[in-house]
Amino acid sequence: MNIVVCVKYVPDATGDRKFESDNTVDREGVDGLLSELDEYAVEQSLQLKEKLGSDGGDSEVTVLTIGPAGAVDAIRKALQMGADKGVHVQDDAIAGSDAFATSLVLAEAVKKLPHDLVVCGMASTDGGMGVVPAMLSERLGLPGATLGSSIELDGQTLKIRRDGDTATVTVEATLPAVLSVTDQSGEARYPSFKGIMAAKKKPVETWSLADLGVDAGQVGLEASYTAVEETQARPPRTAGEIVKDEDGSGAKALVDFLVSKKFV
Amino acid sequence: MSEVLVLVDHVGGTVRKTTNEMLTLARRLGEPSAVFIGDLSEDAKAALSRFGAEKIYTIDPRPLGPYLVTPKAEVLATLVEQASPAAVLLSSSAEGKEIAARLAIKTDSGVITDAVDVAAGDGGPVATQSVFAGNFTVTSKVTKGTPIIAVKPNSAQPEQVDGAGAVQAVEVATSEAGKGAKLTGVEPKKASGRPELTEAAIVVSGGRGTGGNFEPVEQLADALGAAVGASRAAVDSGWYPHSFQVGQTGKVVSPQLYMANGISGAIQHRAGMQTSKTIVAVNKDEEAPIFELVDFGVVGDLHTVLPAVTEQVNQRKG
Ligand SMILES: Cc1cc2nc3c(=O)[nH]c(=O)nc-3n(C[C@H](O)[C@H](O)[C@H](O)COP(=O)(O)OP(=O)(O)OC[C@H]3O[C@@H](n4cnc5c(N)ncnc54)[C@H](O)[C@@H]3O)c2cc1C
Ligand SMILES: Nc1ncnc2c1ncn2[C@@H]1O[C@H](COP(=O)(O)O)[C@@H](O)[C@H]1O
Repeated sequence: MNIVVCVKYVPDATGDRKFESDNTVDREGVDGLLSELDEYAVEQSLQLKEKLGSDGGDSEVTVLTIGPAGAVDAIRKALQMGADKGVHVQDDAIAGSDAFATSLVLAEAVKKLPHDLVVCGMASTDGGMGVVPAMLSERLGLPGATLGSSIELDGQTLKIRRDGDTATVTVEATLPAVLSVTDQSGEARYPSFKGIMAAKKKPVETWSLADLGVDAGQVGLEASYTAVEETQARPPRTAGEIVKDEDGSGAKALVDFLVSKKFV
Repeated sequence: MSEVLVLVDHVGGTVRKTTNEMLTLARRLGEPSAVFIGDLSEDAKAALSRFGAEKIYTIDPRPLGPYLVTPKAEVLATLVEQASPAAVLLSSSAEGKEIAARLAIKTDSGVITDAVDVAAGDGGPVATQSVFAGNFTVTSKVTKGTPIIAVKPNSAQPEQVDGAGAVQAVEVATSEAGKGAKLTGVEPKKASGRPELTEAAIVVSGGRGTGGNFEPVEQLADALGAAVGASRAAVDSGWYPHSFQVGQTGKVVSPQLYMANGISGAIQHRAGMQTSKTIVAVNKDEEAPIFELVDFGVVGDLHTVLPAVTEQVNQRKG
């Protein structure tokens, strides 16, 4: 079984995220890391491999990322968790790509890799559109079982549970397929010391757009299907009134506030 | 004037408020055409016409089969080809976003998700989004193909305007490719009887500070006619269902009033509530980061403060 897990290198959410002058996300000035939501995708990929055990023959988990030089850190973290090898698509022309172009490059990279299952996170923690997995499924012409909160593989059939707004549904798809997993799918493991040491020897390939046969004109800010017109920092909230509750005074003050704002 | 397609968000045939909001936004861009996948009742038809739908395309869901999302994207792709609309609006729910993503690839068009406002601009619609945990407001445009915009609840004040509501049945079959992911089981969720979380004017939330007892939170919510929300810590502890989680990986809400009780205010929680008009918190730790956001805060124990607030609110209501 060949599993390709797509992970993104994102600016640290606890840091100060900002925009560049050309309205792209500033990825240089901020520390980056493996998107926390993609750790769940790596975890599920590893669990599927482990469950297959030797029955799966030589199951292999390949980590795929598109991103700047630093993005190799995201691959490295996934390798430390237990993935087998990495592919880093890196090309200056890719900078500023939107989901449309990102999914194109991912699709071409996946096609070059043996794949029975392509696993994604539910959304990237920076862009957060959560559309790349569906776009990838569409581009590859593979069934998409998205937003799985529990995942099971039964021979060639992928079975997921998906927790929707009005119903919880079960979905089945025949491999090869694209899967995306939510943060309800189970905590991701921490790399062990052994894992960290082993990762140093695991192979990581770097591919350019030329390697994928993708024309530079199809990606990047210029080729985007959407254009940001304006970005504006939200004015900081002005400090509100804070009271300490003493002998029920807090409740009374709060009710007075709600009444003054006509919520009661 | 060109048509603007609005994919009707409905639950079992009952049109949701988000649809009225989208029809209102669509009128700014052209003539709204509602796309209704399901059995259109007289009530639903009247509701769509009341908010300005000039046309209502109806699609019988049965031939679409028990498949996940893809057939709906195929329906819209067919209509986009037939009607060459100025834009397609759909709701920015998990399902809506996935339909939008697939439609974008099928029609070679740009997509914008999580729009909180849509306006007419030179050369197409301009969508407003709130990004980076609500710290930035961004306006953007689709520059290729048919603009596909997924719109969040509470993005517009629905305006009533009579539309012709001319019904036109459309026949679409599901392609082989659309049959890849099959629904094999559906467990409907029990309705809470409270307003829907993303649509509610008031949301009362509880976090780890509830210690697992959501009763004070629910009772206050009922006194205020509010929806109940929860932090991920409360959901992960099994105290409240995941569908009520507010935050980055839960629902993003933007009500008139948000009350955070026993919630510290982590960045991922803020991402789901920071754009609320008025924010109130009850927390026993005066250093809790949630207090940086509030219009009004009470440093105290929610187990005593909330029941007292509920009682006084109920008294005032008489
Ligand atoms: C990728 C990712 C996604 C995430 N997505 C989300 C998300 O969507 N939503 C979300 O909420 N979180 C999310 N989180 C988790 C988030 O980081 C926090 O861990 C979580 O929000 C904490 O919940 P809490 O505030 O209820 O708990 P805590 O941080 O433990 O805070 C509890 C608060 O309750 C107060 N308290 C305790 N007892 C009382 C009492 N008796 N009366 C009053 N106050 C009391 C305490 O002072 C404290 O401030 C995510 C994290 C990651 C990494
Ligand atoms: N640059 C990227 N490289 C690899 N995978 C990506 C990239 N961008 C998005 N993905 C995958 O697509 C998922 C959803 O991303 P998004 O649609 O950007 O929210 C992520 O969780 C990843 O699995």
